[in-house]
Amino acid sequence: MNDLETLYRQVIMDHYKNPRNKGLLSSSGYKTIHIKNPTCGDDITIQSLVEDGIVKDVRHDGTGCSICCSSASVMSETLIGKTKEDAEKISEAYINMLTNKEYDENVDLEEAIVYQGVRKFPARVKCASIAWKAFQGTLESE
Amino acid sequence: MDPYKLKKDFPVLDDETLIYLDTAASSLKPKQVIKKLDEYYEKYSVNVHRGVYNLSYVATEMYEDSRNKVSAFINADFNEIIFTRGASSALNLVATSYGLNNLSSTDEIIVSELEHHSQVLPWQNVSNITKAKLVYVPLNKEGRITIENFKKVLNENTKVVALNYISNVMGYIAPIKEIIKLSHEVGAIVSVDAAQAAPHKRIDVKDLDCDFLSFSGHKMLGPTGIGVLYGKSKLLDEMPPIEFGGDMNDNVDLYEASWKEIPYKFETGTPGIAGAIGLGAAIDYIESIGLEEIAIHEKELKDYTIKKLEELKDITVYNKTAETGIITFNIDGVHPHDAVTFFDGDNICMRAGHHCAQLIIKWLEVVATLRVSFYLYNTVEDCDKFVESVKNARDFFKSVGF
Repeated sequence: MNDLETLYRQVIMDHYKNPRNKGLLSSSGYKTIHIKNPTCGDDITIQSLVEDGIVKDVRHDGTGCSICCSSASVMSETLIGKTKEDAEKISEAYINMLTNKEYDENVDLEEAIVYQGVRKFPARVKCASIAWKAFQGTLESE
Repeated sequence: MDPYKLKKDFPVLDDETLIYLDTAASSLKPKQVIKKLDEYYEKYSVNVHRGVYNLSYVATEMYEDSRNKVSAFINADFNEIIFTRGASSALNLVATSYGLNNLSSTDEIIVSELEHHSQVLPWQNVSNITKAKLVYVPLNKEGRITIENFKKVLNENTKVVALNYISNVMGYIAPIKEIIKLSHEVGAIVSVDAAQAAPHKRIDVKDLDCDFLSFSGHKMLGPTGIGVLYGKSKLLDEMPPIEFGGDMNDNVDLYEASWKEIPYKFETGTPGIAGAIGLGAAIDYIESIGLEEIAIHEKELKDYTIKKLEELKDITVYNKTAETGIITFNIDGVHPHDAVTFFDGDNICMRAGHHCAQLIIKWLEVVATLRVSFYLYNTVEDCDKFVESVKNARDFFKSVGF
């Protein structure tokens, strides 16, 4: 179970137990996307606030397994303060990394890089990508 | 019944480290069934009911012979057996054809929170369209459907009762025979979801006196993509087809057409020929062992495992009193999806999630559960390895901070 241990011991447990930027806001300007994975029960809502081309805030809320919930928290820390363009690039690289597609390794995924461990558990890739997909959705709804 | 010997019939279990505990989702398939599928594809892989040549005659004979086997398996008449894609499409056929054409706003449909989505959602749809009222049997403290509670919702307005025989989450056997008797007294018809019953329990539709009964092939050692709807012929005769096309018609004119007799008016298009033939082989296999023997074996494994789990701290079992081989549980504080990855690491196949039955998961007031289910190819050693893995999983997740 070494792969699993590595995965959980790193960032995942910290963010699962102490999620950053958790809780939704009703302030104007926030775009909201809700995604569910009905088969396992993951249910995540992501909000983003983009002003002057900068991702000013990312919020998340919902229920799910540790990989799902922690990845939303890690994502929020990774993306806040980035330009919208960079945030798009990082999201794309992250999802391609998870799904074993070619991705631009020059893109700095910061803490989110630990989720490359999830690739060893193909059944869990969905858990690690659902929050990021929702974030991409918020940008598209801009 | 010797599970160690039977195991050898299942090629997936050639991997001796694999522990398969997800039969409630789909059973493994024995080589006798796989061989039968090969036989169809290799020797007479042509269409049925159409060709006027010998090979098509052979395929048709084999296909219809399976219908014979299915009807004998549940003590039905030959023309009361409709082949479908699975239990889901069988249950949908009843709701769409019978429900949409016979119900109106003053009628009531009884379902329960213990239903699989494929039983409750078709009737939710009928209710939305016809405005018939959808009524839920209150479950008792254990989450069971009881006669006492059933009587509370049954009344003169009840037209349809749509309930499961065995729950796919809790493994409880519903008192379906008495429910059917009471329903008939008020003039209601009963559609039984027997997807979890057919692989494990002797079903006699004449003794039950059910109006409709549905099950799948793939949960009872058969191929995927094949299922069965049993319906009383006097009801099926009156019901309109829900799919139109080749083979189901009699005479076709420009603006109207007539249909074949049952069961064929409900089987349009090229059916799952190989699947039906494979299901026949699965029934032969099950009958060669005996459903009663299988049920006893599963219950023994389940009781043994529950006893072991009870010795472990921080494990919650939701259905300790189940009469069948299903255990639904959680490791306290650990999301089932996290847990199941640990079990996967030990090469144990089991289910985590809603089990296509969100209503009972909500009733249990949990986000999701883990589930194991036993069948004829499981052994005490499987149970021991599983319990050991539960213990290790619990310790692992505690150690990383859950």
